[in-house]
Amino acid sequence: MSEFLQLVFSGLTVGAVYALVALGFTLVYNASDVINFAQGDFVMIGGMGTVFLAAAGFSLPLATLIAILAAVVVGLLLHRLAVEPARGASPVTLIMITIGASIFIKGVAQLVFDKQFHSLPPFSGADPISIGGASFLPQSLWVIGGTLAILIALWLFLEKTLLGKALLATAANRLAALLVGINVRVVLALAFAVSAAIGAVAGILVTPITLTRYDVGTLFALKGFAAAMVGGMGHPVGAVAGGLLIGLMEAFGAGYVSSTYKDAVAFVMILVVLFAMPQGLFGRRSLERV
Amino acid sequence: MLTVEGLSSAYGRIEVLHGVSLAVAAGEIVALVGSNGAGKTTLLRTLSGVRPATAGRIVFEGEDIHRLAAHHRVARGIAQSPEGRQVFGPLSVDDNLRLGAFRRQDGAVRERLEEIYAMFPALAERRRTPAVSLSGGQQQMLAIGRAVMSKPKLLLLDEPSLGLAPLLVDQVLRAVLDLKRDGVTVLLVEQNAAAALAIADRGYVLEVGRVVHEGAGRVLLQDPKVKAAYLGV
Repeated sequence: MSEFLQLVFSGLTVGAVYALVALGFTLVYNASDVINFAQGDFVMIGGMGTVFLAAAGFSLPLATLIAILAAVVVGLLLHRLAVEPARGASPVTLIMITIGASIFIKGVAQLVFDKQFHSLPPFSGADPISIGGASFLPQSLWVIGGTLAILIALWLFLEKTLLGKALLATAANRLAALLVGINVRVVLALAFAVSAAIGAVAGILVTPITLTRYDVGTLFALKGFAAAMVGGMGHPVGAVAGGLLIGLMEAFGAGYVSSTYKDAVAFVMILVVLFAMPQGLFGRRSLERV
Repeated sequence: MLTVEGLSSAYGRIEVLHGVSLAVAAGEIVALVGSNGAGKTTLLRTLSGVRPATAGRIVFEGEDIHRLAAHHRVARGIAQSPEGRQVFGPLSVDDNLRLGAFRRQDGAVRERLEEIYAMFPALAERRRTPAVSLSGGQQQMLAIGRAVMSKPKLLLLDEPSLGLAPLLVDQVLRAVLDLKRDGVTVLLVEQNAAAALAIADRGYVLEVGRVVHEGAGRVLLQDPKVKAAYLGV
């Protein structure tokens, strides 16, 4: 029982990070139909940026803030320089563009940072908390709590502000969005900026647990993509559910089978879910009234 | 209010509008009729700025706007209700209408919202319903109401009666006349030429991207050529 609980804790922690990456995929995909494989690199920029800024003498809160802003700037540049000029290109072309951008970002990160693994001190101590025979790090609470806070903030933004509604409207019908006077380019840039910020926060929250390096983005992008697909691409609730599910399956796979195959779990999940339910768990069945 | 001179537009290399010229005076309802593929929708989309003009001028209130981005044209008072129920499907009726006022957040949004609901009572009963689950006629009303929410000076209506039951067609056309009474200028595109010309002050007949007839609505209704081609008489 305690082993089970232990695995649930670690699965939820990692899953929360996958959920955030998947949310980033979802936001950008909804607004622009682009699957942004550089999404994982925002996670890296958040983590690595904070590590290096903290080492340069900035206080931790200030370092995190600057790292998030840096990720936002990279997100905006990605949109402006790589995605926007290719407007109207096929989805495969756009995917190749974002993969290229991801490789480029990793290259620059190697130069700006270095090729070593880095970590951050836990935000509130390293003494494990134990519940029911299982123990977990306080940092896990930061990850899960931070994820919840982002979900609530994102929900409030999309549901309660006119700009958030404009983002949803652009996702729903680009022509109609143009005709009501929404500056669609600005809204798409906003989607990239918000998803970059979410990715960076995820990176900062998880770095004290998992370490970070210039190339950790690849695996986060693949897991986050898997989570978004399992949940049903374009569906925010699905993204979160998919992330948590993959995190949990990974933890159980590592705990009960073998940690060697941990990373394979996410991809086996995609296959199983897409064979059984091609729309994903929460994918919308297309419903049209005449 | 609006003068279009020699306006052309193309999809790739295929030109669909060949130098269209027309004028709409303040307070008028002008109907634009013509068969499928005549370029009516392309013309309206070029006027709204969601399609580029390849030649010609669009002069709105004395200023050439043909290079302005779509959202600036909405801000200047040109709104469009597009063809084919282009609503924001997952968003509620209320949100759809509020987004219509995206460029006109002036404190009177709530008032205008109530005016739209008074104009289309069927929508008032379904404020919280996602637009996608409305009937076709209700979606059409929603698209028109959304365009009116921006308090436009010039309202472009693309096929407002397409696919509607006869009773709803009457309701929509009456709403257009009400808008005229409130001082809105309307450019109305319709395949239902008889209905459109009956409420219009003037009309233009578009044929394969060119204006081939123009005149007062009633005169066009009686024109033997127009009758034969578009009124099915």
